[in-house]
Amino acid sequence: MEYILIIIGAVFVNNIVLAQFLGICPYMGVSSKVSTSVGMSGAVMFVMTLATVVTYLIYHYVLVPFQITYLQTISYILVISSLVQMVEIILKKVSPALFQALGIFLPLITTNCAVLGVAILTVQKEFNLLEGVVFAIANAIGFALAILLFAGIREHLDLMGVPKGMQGAPAALVVAGILALAFMGFAGLV
Amino acid sequence: MVLTLLVITVVASFTLASVYNVTKEPIAAAREAARQNAITMVVPEFDRLESRMFLPLTGRDSLEFNFAYKDDELVGVAVGTYTDQGFSGRIRAMVGFYPDGRIVDVVHLQHAETPGLGDKIEKSKSDWSDQFRDFDPATQVLRVTKDGGNVDAITAATITSRAYCDGIQRAYETFIANVKTPEGGAE
Amino acid sequence: MSQLKNFTKGFIKENPVFVLLLGLCPALGVTTSAFNGLGMGLATTFVLVSSNVVVSLIKSQIPDKVRIPSFIVIIASFVTIVQLVMEAFLPDLFASLGLFIPLIVVNCLVLGRAEAFASKKNLVSSLVDGLGMGLGFAFALTLLGAVRELLGSGAIFGYPFIQGDGMLVFVLAPGAFIGLGYLIALTNLIKKNE
Repeated sequence: MEYILIIIGAVFVNNIVLAQFLGICPYMGVSSKVSTSVGMSGAVMFVMTLATVVTYLIYHYVLVPFQITYLQTISYILVISSLVQMVEIILKKVSPALFQALGIFLPLITTNCAVLGVAILTVQKEFNLLEGVVFAIANAIGFALAILLFAGIREHLDLMGVPKGMQGAPAALVVAGILALAFMGFAGLV
Repeated sequence: MVLTLLVITVVASFTLASVYNVTKEPIAAAREAARQNAITMVVPEFDRLESRMFLPLTGRDSLEFNFAYKDDELVGVAVGTYTDQGFSGRIRAMVGFYPDGRIVDVVHLQHAETPGLGDKIEKSKSDWSDQFRDFDPATQVLRVTKDGGNVDAITAATITSRAYCDGIQRAYETFIANVKTPEGGAE
Repeated sequence: MSQLKNFTKGFIKENPVFVLLLGLCPALGVTTSAFNGLGMGLATTFVLVSSNVVVSLIKSQIPDKVRIPSFIVIIASFVTIVQLVMEAFLPDLFASLGLFIPLIVVNCLVLGRAEAFASKKNLVSSLVDGLGMGLGFAFALTLLGAVRELLGSGAIFGYPFIQGDGMLVFVLAPGAFIGLGYLIALTNLIKKNE
């Protein structure tokens, strides 16, 4: 039951993009086509889950015992960027097909604040490891949902007669705002 | 190459360690000031304070009870309570009781609720939490009206209001179990 | 490029938020009020200026291959300093900015300036660039915060202008997206008329 609440909360109610404003850069950047957003979502899910597990272990078995929790930010970002590098190298060797699909999105993830954000939130919300993993996966699904919906709308938006000043980013942001408005309706779910 | 990175990391860690040591005291002082401030807001005037920890009936972390005395007579108890049912993360609040169990006042200590909706639990944002003044949990129910209680929920933030009630209820139950009979002496 | 031009480019012409679309997460996340926007903007400015200066000073010592990790360590250190200092001396602001303070690390603006500007230019230019870009970022966040606060709760910097409750939606998430969208459109208009 608790896990279902975490999932619904992270996917719909507190959607990481539309309610928490994390991961806006890739959300705006790679959402012009549905196909690229699928790739990005896959890469985010992979790295986010892995990063949450590793940072959880580091926090509870290194930072807390040595009383150096003030090094949280610096150690997390180092872990995430090296993790991304490692995933890139391993993927290249093990599964060239998957690497083809996710490859170009992996470097972008280092600066995706959603990954670091979820890792920090897992500590803040005092989740245990399993809850943390569920939370990370649910957030990745939430990210995928938001970006896929958005990409679908943007593909149509390109065919519309948008006023000149509003073309591109402004129109996209207003659309994102309306999507966020729709997602607020989920608040009654929990 | 590796050496350069190592040097940078070591220098960075040492810098942070020294900044941490410099700011450690002010951070602790700021937290202590916020706690003291919250205590004075939720209990009647006092001249002596005693703190003790009690394990609540529900929930895994213990609550901090601050007994406020004036001229050696108990005038109120400020309870640092918490709830994990908030919209986003733990909400901590300070609840003040008269010795007979009525609530003096409630102030929030920490929360991450939605700005514009759930953050109305803050005294500076809205007078919503004023309804807990003189609230008597013995005769009134600490639940939102939707759930059959006597607390008006914040518009469009029922989850937050429910959570706040849960936190106050936790403080009240623990207060009744540990304080009222042996030391309160009101009944 | 003269230093003055280098400094002023961040406000309109190359505004990090309105034109370059960098650092949108904090721009949307913390701007529920003008004060929060200003606080976040100034915190980011401090990180940006400090990391630009340090990167510019040691750029010749850093091998190309470990360039990015080194920059990230430097930036993360300054972010942690901001975090600790703010928690010690401005606890209220720290509480309302919350998660977005540690997330300055992944603000593309900071790493972007270190990589694209400070690692190539001299100390003075990097300092001025950091200051200009940072203040441009702060300007954008304060403006967005002021618009949202005015429309959402009828006040600016906490001083009430309009009676009543205002349009709550502008304080909530959708208002952030819509407000920013229209401000970008406005910037496009100003830039075209120049």
